[in-house]
Amino acid sequence: MPDTQQGGRLVENVQAFCHALRHAGLPVGPAQVVDALVALRTVGFAHRADVRRALSTTLAKDPAHARAFNQAFEIFFAQPGLLHRIATTPLLAPMKRRSGEADNPGYRLIKTSASNTEDRRAAQLTDRSRTTSAREVLARKDFEQMSPAELAEAQALMRTGITSLREVATRRVQPATAGHQYDPKQSMRLMLQNGGHLVKLARRRHRLRRPPLVLICDISGSMSRYTRTFLHFAHALRSGGHRVHCFVFATRLTNVTRRLDEKSVDRALENIGADVADWDGGTRIAACLERFNVEWGRRVLAQGAIVILLSDGLECDPDSDLEFQMQRLSLSCRSLLWLNPMLRFEGFQPLASGIRRMLPYVDRFLPAHNVESLRALAQNIALASPRP
Amino acid sequence: MNKRRATDPIAPARLPQDVDATQALLRTGDYLAGRDLATVVFLALRMGRPLLLEGEAGVGKTEVAKVLAGTLGRELIRLQCHEGLDLAGAAYEWNYPRQMVAIRLAEASGAGSAVAASLYGREFLVERPLLSALRERPEGPPVLLIDEIDRADEPFEAFLLELLSDFQLSIPELGTVRAPVPPIVVITSNRTREIHDALRRRCLYHWLEYPDFETELRIIALKAPGIRDEIRRELVAFVQRLRQEELFKRPGVAEAIDWAHALEALDVTRLAPRTVTDTLGLLLKYQDDIVKFGEDEAAKLLEAIRAEC
Repeated sequence: MPDTQQGGRLVENVQAFCHALRHAGLPVGPAQVVDALVALRTVGFAHRADVRRALSTTLAKDPAHARAFNQAFEIFFAQPGLLHRIATTPLLAPMKRRSGEADNPGYRLIKTSASNTEDRRAAQLTDRSRTTSAREVLARKDFEQMSPAELAEAQALMRTGITSLREVATRRVQPATAGHQYDPKQSMRLMLQNGGHLVKLARRRHRLRRPPLVLICDISGSMSRYTRTFLHFAHALRSGGHRVHCFVFATRLTNVTRRLDEKSVDRALENIGADVADWDGGTRIAACLERFNVEWGRRVLAQGAIVILLSDGLECDPDSDLEFQMQRLSLSCRSLLWLNPMLRFEGFQPLASGIRRMLPYVDRFLPAHNVESLRALAQNIALASPRP
Repeated sequence: MNKRRATDPIAPARLPQDVDATQALLRTGDYLAGRDLATVVFLALRMGRPLLLEGEAGVGKTEVAKVLAGTLGRELIRLQCHEGLDLAGAAYEWNYPRQMVAIRLAEASGAGSAVAASLYGREFLVERPLLSALRERPEGPPVLLIDEIDRADEPFEAFLLELLSDFQLSIPELGTVRAPVPPIVVITSNRTREIHDALRRRCLYHWLEYPDFETELRIIALKAPGIRDEIRRELVAFVQRLRQEELFKRPGVAEAIDWAHALEALDVTRLAPRTVTDTLGLLLKYQDDIVKFGEDEAAKLLEAIRAEC
């Protein structure tokens, strides 16, 4: 451990700071605390900017953490003249107050979104009448339509759909008796086992792998009853070890992939509820797809991803560039499936302009409102790979 | 483990002693680093930890490693990542044809048992970048650049963990190869895929931003010295403005430098909207962005810049 001679309080204060970061949701473990101390000692305390950079490079290792880190840093070290006292002042008191606030998910939400003007504008567009508490709303959504047994069946069906997803060849190889390539490594082993005689050439082939899935889920008011089922589905896939990314949107796009890593599905959905500010609002499909295309498309659509878009296609903004965004999305993925619960109405004609504008860019257009339609989805996902 | 790294830095006499010295060092390699980048590079060198650089394409991530190798007089070992990169391509491979020949020769000369023992020895091992980076060199440990790690798949990332935390590689047939002095490791990522937390944890992290106006002006002056002063100011102001537009792919510093070279080659004396649209392909690499940006927009942007200057 680094020495604790610098006024005696350095270690405690850095620990307290790390504690605050942990409360803000950053993955800061003991190893990072030690790193931060070593880094601080290495750069010294002459420049405030150096101290900040030394802490951020060791403690905030994801661009998404930068904002939380900056805020924590400001709160902790902002007062002028305080810096040189880092090593001597006990800062645990303000930390405690902060942690109390951080326990409240509402506070976290405000913290992460209030400074963003676009978010604020989106929040104004949102119908907040039913969103007194995101958790409550999510709880009320519970099994509105489906019985638990039906839901379980639906999830099982969707899982089968994924396991029958056509695999694509990767560039990695694996041993295979009837492989198309000669495998020198394995052949050498066989040769040694046989006293240096080449008895048989071993073979290998390219390993196959299921392409990743990207789920983009509309959580606007008109979709509320399907959202939960779909998120259950996403959670089941993710915990089954499939490569799945999940996004939700109504008036703004939120990446909820990491929330799905929670073991309990209820807990995961609860966390998503706390993250998302626009449940049951209107829909700005084009704006949200644009955010997806610009910010996430290149990051999650590599390796031939299949995109499943769950939405009713009722776009609030008639002047949006929906066609353009749909085209871009469609061009950057292997296959684009659109699940639309509106298809449950018999003789449904895609008359709403949003739907008509989106349809040309979709590979498959499917209903998604009951177990039967989910069964169809499972079959369609299995078929979804052929587009190169 | 951290203590060992912190108190036994790599050849301390030849590494920069503080942040200012690091900044100056990078400057001698024609790399203008902001103080925050210099701080992180300094920490990576002193703490002997890998440095993970993320940022938009063309902000100079790869360049950091190249310049470090050049200015410190170390060998640069570059591993370009790609989908399906495996052990044989990244770390080591046994030279199977040579092994088989050795066996046949030994059989012919009747020394079969002697060769069997040495078959998995160093002389049959083909070094790839990662293993090569662990070997000792007279001029000091090399700079290992693991470029665009997001292009490799997750299993490769997992494989890197052992290398990056202990600077050693386990070869089942041979044993563990450990670097006598850890190499200077720079990892870059364009974020076409999220890097796993486990890898982030082992590295020092820095998000490389686009440079500000003054810095970019100095970069262009350094990289394209032939260009006239007022054109350079306009050029940089234009690129900076362009980055604020709603574009699918914003131009990086590399693109700005290319553009400067192009304007130099075209012998441009004044930035006209027409010149801009004609050479826009050097800055914007997507047709949608170029279409969005016609002559009128270019004229508007140029006017705004001139009003400001």
